[in-house]
Amino acid sequence: MSTSAQSGSHKVVAGKMLLLAVGMFGFGYLMVPMYDIICEITGLNGKTGRVSVAEAESQAAAEDRWITVEFVANVNSSGAWEFRPNVKEIQVKPGELYKATYFAQNLLSVDVVGQATPSVSPSAAAPYFNKTECFCFTRQEFEANSIKDMPLTFIIDPKIPRNIDRVTLSYTFFKSPEQS
Amino acid sequence: MRSDVSRWMLLAVFLLALPFGASADWGALNMPVGVTEISKEVYTLHMRIFYICCIIGALVFAVMIYSMFAHRKSKGAVAADFHESTAVEIVWTIVPLIILIAMSIPAAKVLVKMEDFSDSDMTIGVTGYQWRWHYSYLDEGIEFYSQLDREHNAARQQGAEVDLEQFGEIYLREVDNPLVVPVGKKIRFLHTAADVIHSWWVPDLSVKKDAIPGFINENWAKIEEPGTYRGKCAELCGRDHGFMPIVVIALEQADYDEWVLDQQNKVAAATIDADRAWEHQELVATGEAVYQSNCMSCHQKEGQGIPGMFPAIGGSHIATGDIDTHIETVLNGVTETAMTGFSGKLSDSELAAVITYQRNAFGNETGDTLQPAALKTFRQGQQQTLLTQPQLVTDTGVN
Amino acid sequence: MSYSDNTHGDTHHGDHDDHGPAPGLMRWVTTTNHKDIGTLYLWFSLLMFFIGGAMALIIRAELGAPGIQFVDPMFFNSMTTMHAIVMIFGVVMPAFVGLANWMIPMMIGAPDMALPRLNNWSFWIMPFAFTIMLSTLFMDSGGPAGGWTLYPPLVLQMGDSFAYVIFAIHFMGISSVMGSINIVATIFNMRPPGMTLMHMPMFVWTWLITAFLLVATIPVFAGAVTMLLTDRFFDTSFFSAAGGGDPVMFQHIFWFFGHPEVYILILPAFGIVSSIIPTFARKPLFGYDSMVYATASIAFLSFIVWAHHMFTTGMPLAAELFFMFSTMMISVPTGVKVFNWVSTMWRGSMSFETPMLFAIGFVIMFTIGGLSGLMLAITPADIQYHDTYFVVAHFHYVLVPGAIYSLMAATYYWIPKWTGNMYDETLGKWHFWISTIFVNVLFFPMHFVGLAGMPRRIPDYSLQFADWNFVATIGAFGFGFSQLLFVYIIVKCVKGGEKATGEVWEGARGLEWTVDSPAPYHTFETAPVINESTLTR
Repeated sequence: MSTSAQSGSHKVVAGKMLLLAVGMFGFGYLMVPMYDIICEITGLNGKTGRVSVAEAESQAAAEDRWITVEFVANVNSSGAWEFRPNVKEIQVKPGELYKATYFAQNLLSVDVVGQATPSVSPSAAAPYFNKTECFCFTRQEFEANSIKDMPLTFIIDPKIPRNIDRVTLSYTFFKSPEQS
Repeated sequence: MRSDVSRWMLLAVFLLALPFGASADWGALNMPVGVTEISKEVYTLHMRIFYICCIIGALVFAVMIYSMFAHRKSKGAVAADFHESTAVEIVWTIVPLIILIAMSIPAAKVLVKMEDFSDSDMTIGVTGYQWRWHYSYLDEGIEFYSQLDREHNAARQQGAEVDLEQFGEIYLREVDNPLVVPVGKKIRFLHTAADVIHSWWVPDLSVKKDAIPGFINENWAKIEEPGTYRGKCAELCGRDHGFMPIVVIALEQADYDEWVLDQQNKVAAATIDADRAWEHQELVATGEAVYQSNCMSCHQKEGQGIPGMFPAIGGSHIATGDIDTHIETVLNGVTETAMTGFSGKLSDSELAAVITYQRNAFGNETGDTLQPAALKTFRQGQQQTLLTQPQLVTDTGVN
Repeated sequence: MSYSDNTHGDTHHGDHDDHGPAPGLMRWVTTTNHKDIGTLYLWFSLLMFFIGGAMALIIRAELGAPGIQFVDPMFFNSMTTMHAIVMIFGVVMPAFVGLANWMIPMMIGAPDMALPRLNNWSFWIMPFAFTIMLSTLFMDSGGPAGGWTLYPPLVLQMGDSFAYVIFAIHFMGISSVMGSINIVATIFNMRPPGMTLMHMPMFVWTWLITAFLLVATIPVFAGAVTMLLTDRFFDTSFFSAAGGGDPVMFQHIFWFFGHPEVYILILPAFGIVSSIIPTFARKPLFGYDSMVYATASIAFLSFIVWAHHMFTTGMPLAAELFFMFSTMMISVPTGVKVFNWVSTMWRGSMSFETPMLFAIGFVIMFTIGGLSGLMLAITPADIQYHDTYFVVAHFHYVLVPGAIYSLMAATYYWIPKWTGNMYDETLGKWHFWISTIFVNVLFFPMHFVGLAGMPRRIPDYSLQFADWNFVATIGAFGFGFSQLLFVYIIVKCVKGGEKATGEVWEGARGLEWTVDSPAPYHTFETAPVINESTLTR
C-alpha cells in the first residue's frame, strides 16, 4: 500500500525528526558553556570573576563602606592535605586591592598535585568578587610532606549590592584529576 | 452481578478507612511547626495550600460522585449532547490562575526572607562526609565530627538482636557529638561536602540545603526556644545515607558560653591524654569502640568486609603487615575508594587505639601496641624517620 | 457508526497468504506488523512490571519494620534505583509505545506504521538493553545504587558495571527516539483524507505531543550520561569541581530532560482516559479543542520548570521565584483536563465496566497526586517536603493510580479488539477494587511519614514512622499480588471467552471499532471513508 511517494515523505519526516534528535544531543553539550555563562552573570554556584591588575586599578574609586571577607578552607576526601587560611577574616573597602594567603601542607610522603577550587557565598556577591591573582588558577605541585603559602589578591567591585555586608570565600583542595 | 462487586467493595473501602481516621495521632503526622520564625511561616504556607487543595479536591470529587450516582444508565439517564462551553472553560482557567497568584504572593515573601543572609551573629561550617557531619565554629575555633551514636549504630546492623523500643523516636536520630548553638542568635550555616552531595536538614528549623563538594551554600536559622532538634541527611549519599543524623541542641546564651569553654578545655585535655603511656588492653578496648562507630559499617562486625566492595581487615596484609603502611592508610585514606582518611576526624588516642585493635582482632595476631604518642609523632610529619618503605597509598589500598 | 459501515468490507484480507503472519517464533522476531509489535511491547512491559514490582516488594519488605532485616543498605539502594529505571523505562514507556503501535494506525485509519522495519528494530533493542541493565545486579561491583537520577559525584563511585548501565540507557534512549520518530511520521503522513489534525482521537494527539517531547529530551539525557561516562572513565571534568566542573550542572541537564520525561509518562494516559470516559458516559468528550491546547501547553511548560526539583541546591532568589511561578502555572492546563473529564461525565448516561472504573480511579487519584504537586510547587514549603516520603507519595500517586491505571484501563478497553474475546467482567471488577484499596493503603500513609520527617531512599527509620510503614508494606504486598489476577484475566481472555462484537462497547466511537474483533492482521489497506459517524468528535 505504501507508494514510493509516500515512503519518500516518511523519510523526510523521519529525517527532520532525526535532525531534531541529533540537535538536542548537541544542545545537551551546549548547556555546559551556557551554564558557565549563566553562572558568570548571576553568580550561581559562586564562581568568581578574574580581572587583570590594570582593570582592577581602573575600577571606580574606593567607597567608604566596609565589607567583611571571610576565608574558609575545605579539603576534599580525594587527597590528604592540611589546608587553612592564614587569616580568618578581614575588613575590606570595595574598589581596593587586598592580598591574603592560605597555608597548605601535603600530608602524604609522596609528591602530589593539588588543585583548589573557589566558591563565594552569597552567590549574589560572586560576580563582584574579582581576583587578580589566585592559586586556584593553576595546579599546585607538592613534594612529599612539603608546605606552601599560597597567595591571592582580590578586589571587590564597588557596584556590589548594598545589602551584602559579608562575603565568604571558600576554597576546596582537591587532588588534581589530571594525575594518574 | 457486576454492581454487586462494586457495592460490596465500596462498603469495604469505607470500613477500611474508619480505623485509619480513628487511630491516627494527627499531630505526629504533619509537618512540625518548628522553632524559628521561618519554620512557623513555612508551616502556615503549608497548611494554607493544603486546605486550598482539600477544597478544590472536595469540589471536583463532589461533582464527579454526584454525577456518577445521578447520571448512570442503569437509572435511565439519557446522555446530553453538549461538548463545549467557552464561558465555562474560560472561568475554570481564570479562577485557578487567580488562586495561584493569591498563593504565590505570601510564598514569595517567605522566600525573600529565607534568602536574606545578612546581619548574622555567628557562622558554623557544616561539611558532609560519607557518612558523618563535621561542624566548625568559625569564630570560636571549635570543630568536631558528629556521627550516629554507637549504640544505635550497633542496633541497626543486619541481624543485630537489639530491642529498638529502648530508643523509641530517637532511633537513628542520636549522634555522638551534637551541634550546640545559642538561642536568639542568627546563625549562618556554610554547607559543603568532602566527597558526594549531602543535604543538611533539620525540620524544626525549616532548614534544608545541599552540601556540594567544591562549593559552599548558605543558610540561616534563628532558634527561638531551647531544646533538642533532630534531623537527617536528605540527599542520597551512598550506602549509609540513612545513618547520618543531625542533632542540634539550642541552649540559653549563658549555658552555651559554658559549653564553649568546656569544649576548649577538652581539646587541651585530649592533648595530655595522648602523651601518656597506654596499656595494651586499654588500647584494644578503646579501639573496639572506635572501630564500631567508624569502621564497622563498611568493614563489618567481624572485620570480614564485603567482597567486591569493602576489603576485609581480618587477614589483610595491611593490618598484619608493615605498621607504617597501616597507619598511613588509616590517617590518609585510599584515594578513589570509599576509604577516607581519619586524620583530624579521630584523636591521636583513638587512632592509635583503633590501629592496635585492628592488628589484634579478627584473627590478626601481630601483638603490636601503637602508643598514641608514637602516632602523634608520626602524624606530625616525621614519616621519613618512621617509614621503612615509603610507597604510594593507592598501591596498598586494596588487598 | 455501526459495525456494518462501509469500511467493513475492506478489512478482510486474511485470505491473501502474503498478508498473514509468518508461522512460529520467527513471526515475532522478524515481524514488521504494527499489531505484532504492539503486542510484543505490551507483553514486554507486563514482564518488566513484575520484575520492577518484585524490587518494590523487596524495598517494602525491608521497610516493613524498623531495623535492617533482609538486605544490605547498598543492595537496598540498588533496588530503589533499579525499581525506578525498570518502571519508567521498562514498563510505562514501552507500554505506551505498545498501545501507540496497536491503536494509532487503527485510530487514524492507516494500514500500518510509517516505518515498519524501524519499528521492529525499536522493539528488539529493548530486551537487549534491559538484559544488560539487569545483569549489572549480578556483577561484582553491583547494580547502580545512586538513584535513578544518577547524580554525580555519588554515581561516579560506582564500579566498572557503571559502563554497562550507561550503555543500556543509551540503547533504551535510541529505542524510544526511533519509536517516536515512527509515530510522528505515521501521524503526519498516514492519515486518510478527512482525518484532519483537529479530528484525531485524543490518544493520537497526546501521543503526537509526547513523541515530540521524547525526541527533544531523550538526546539531552543521552548527552548527560555520556558526560558521566567520560567523567568516570576518560578523565573529563564536566561534573567534578576539581577540574572546573560543577556537579549541580548535571542536575540542571538531567532535569531539563527529567521534567518533560514526567509528562511523557502521563500525557498518553490523558489520551487513554479521554477515549474511555466518553465511551462509557455515552457522550462526546467535553472541550476537545481546549484538551488539545492544554496538552500542548503542558508540554511547553514542562521545559521551563525543571529547576523545581532542585530548590535546595542553592539558587539565586530570582531563579527560585521564576521556577515557583512556572511550576504553579502547570496546574492550570492540568486542571482544565480534569474539569473537562468531569464535564464529560456530567449528564451522561454512565455505565461502569472495568475500563471506566480504572479511568475514574485515574481521574480521582491522579487529581490527589496533582494537588500534592501543587503543594510541592510552593518553594518555601518544598524545602521541607523535598526528598521526603511526601515526594514519594506524590509521584507514586501520579504514576501508579495515574499512569499504571491508565494502562490497565486501556488493556480492558481494547483487549476485546485485540483478542476477539470479552475479558471476565466480574474478575475485572475485583481486580479494580482490590488494586484500588491496596494502592491507597500503600501510598496514602507515605504523605504522613514524609511530612513528619522521614527522608526517602533510606532502609531504616525511627520508631514513630513504624506503624504507617507497616501499613504501607501491607498495601504493597496486597497491590503486588493482586496484579497476578490481572495476568490471569489477560491470559484467560487471550485463550477464549465470550466473543466480542466489532463495536465491543455500546458507546464507543472511532475507526478502531469499525473493524472486526479480533482486528484482522491488516486493517485499512484502503483508506476508510471518514465521516461524522467514524470520528470521535
